[in-house]
Amino acid sequence: MKELRIATTLEEALALIAEGYQPVAGGTDLVVAARGGNSELPDHVVAIDRLAELSEINSSTGGLQIGATVSHARLMSDESVVDGFTALADAAALVGSPATRNVGTIGGNVMNASPAMDTGSPLVVLDAEIVLRSARGERLVPVSDFWTGPGQTASEPDELCTAVAIPNLPSDSGSAYVRLEYRRAMEIAVVGAGAVVSLDPDGDGRVVGASLALTAVAPTVIAVHGIADALIGRLIDESALADVAALAGDQASPISDLRASNDYRRHTVGVMARRAVEAASRRATGESILVPVNRSIGIGAVT
Amino acid sequence: MTHEFELQVNGIAHPVDVDPSRSLLSVIRDEIGLTGTKEGCDDCECGACMVLLDGQPVNSCSYLAAQAEGRSVTTIEGIMNGDELAEIQKDMLDEGGVQCGFCTPGMIISATALFARNPDPTKDEIQIGLSGNLCRCTGYGRILEAMKHTAANRD
Repeated sequence: MKELRIATTLEEALALIAEGYQPVAGGTDLVVAARGGNSELPDHVVAIDRLAELSEINSSTGGLQIGATVSHARLMSDESVVDGFTALADAAALVGSPATRNVGTIGGNVMNASPAMDTGSPLVVLDAEIVLRSARGERLVPVSDFWTGPGQTASEPDELCTAVAIPNLPSDSGSAYVRLEYRRAMEIAVVGAGAVVSLDPDGDGRVVGASLALTAVAPTVIAVHGIADALIGRLIDESALADVAALAGDQASPISDLRASNDYRRHTVGVMARRAVEAASRRATGESILVPVNRSIGIGAVT
Repeated sequence: MTHEFELQVNGIAHPVDVDPSRSLLSVIRDEIGLTGTKEGCDDCECGACMVLLDGQPVNSCSYLAAQAEGRSVTTIEGIMNGDELAEIQKDMLDEGGVQCGFCTPGMIISATALFARNPDPTKDEIQIGLSGNLCRCTGYGRILEAMKHTAANRD
């Protein structure tokens, strides 16, 4: 790196990014990749971690706007996130270690665009929009259109992710994120699944809406098609969960690598999908399942 | 171009003028001369380099030193109560939580942050608090015993 600038206003940061400066917040991707020898630090970097307007979580009547530099530690403990958008808190609580979560940010995850990012499936099932700012103005991109490949996004080079915007869920809804992990910390998802389930407010337990997304089984985090059609009008029982697992496995296109084979990932992502749907539906009934689901329903539970 | 700034470590402001790529760890060790903070993996995996940044644990190997300007850095050298070891340091010695000692400063930094936000942690909470710190000697048993002893004896 030749130069690091510490931005004190968003306008200053946007002007520098337009000149080709790369943004850094906690550095858990940019700096760690350089330490690990995977890529050099860029020549010109602008630090955005002091911009107060990027670090806020704002509730409105329509939903929640989470600033790009909100850390995983805040996501997993913020009341409005835990209560209303629990899958995102589940995911944030699994990222790295306490030290990673203190400096890692939601905006960094979004722009790094890893297909294994834990916060990805929750953002997809929660219908998030990515807020992009540049000197030219602001635009919102639905998260389903945002990731275009591993490490690739629909953002322009002069755009900075300033926030993610998430609409409120209907009443009687719950969400959850579950991942397969080989160790309990400093882990990257082998596979993962996020789900939202909405139940009939009349209380008969039948599904009125559902969405499901999968982690680390395709070039990007992917939404599972047909999940709402498969579940609406049904109870979340063994037969419904078997259908969830089958849909997930069918739509996964995993690679084989050091960490797992294609076949193993295709099977286990179905298992994670049914666990995520089950946990989301239980939360939709008002049952309290502590964040993260991984520690609460026995996967990698600390004993 | 070098980056000139002031780095506050253990309550003392140090003027620093370094390459902006330099990690917080390398500046603490090689510019300021505090070598209690260790370089293990230099890749954000092992936690030997853990310091407190405004009271929160951070892997200093992968944090740009210049981003710590205006923030308060605490290293293992800043943990003692004057000339006395902190309780957690005494308990690590008494319980045999130290073998080669390389992970020990990072372990104690993580534990210090844990106890500051949670004065009476459960065993699960201690394990999560230490989950970014690797030890290749002890098998963790005696380190956990030391932490549980510290937790049990806090007011």
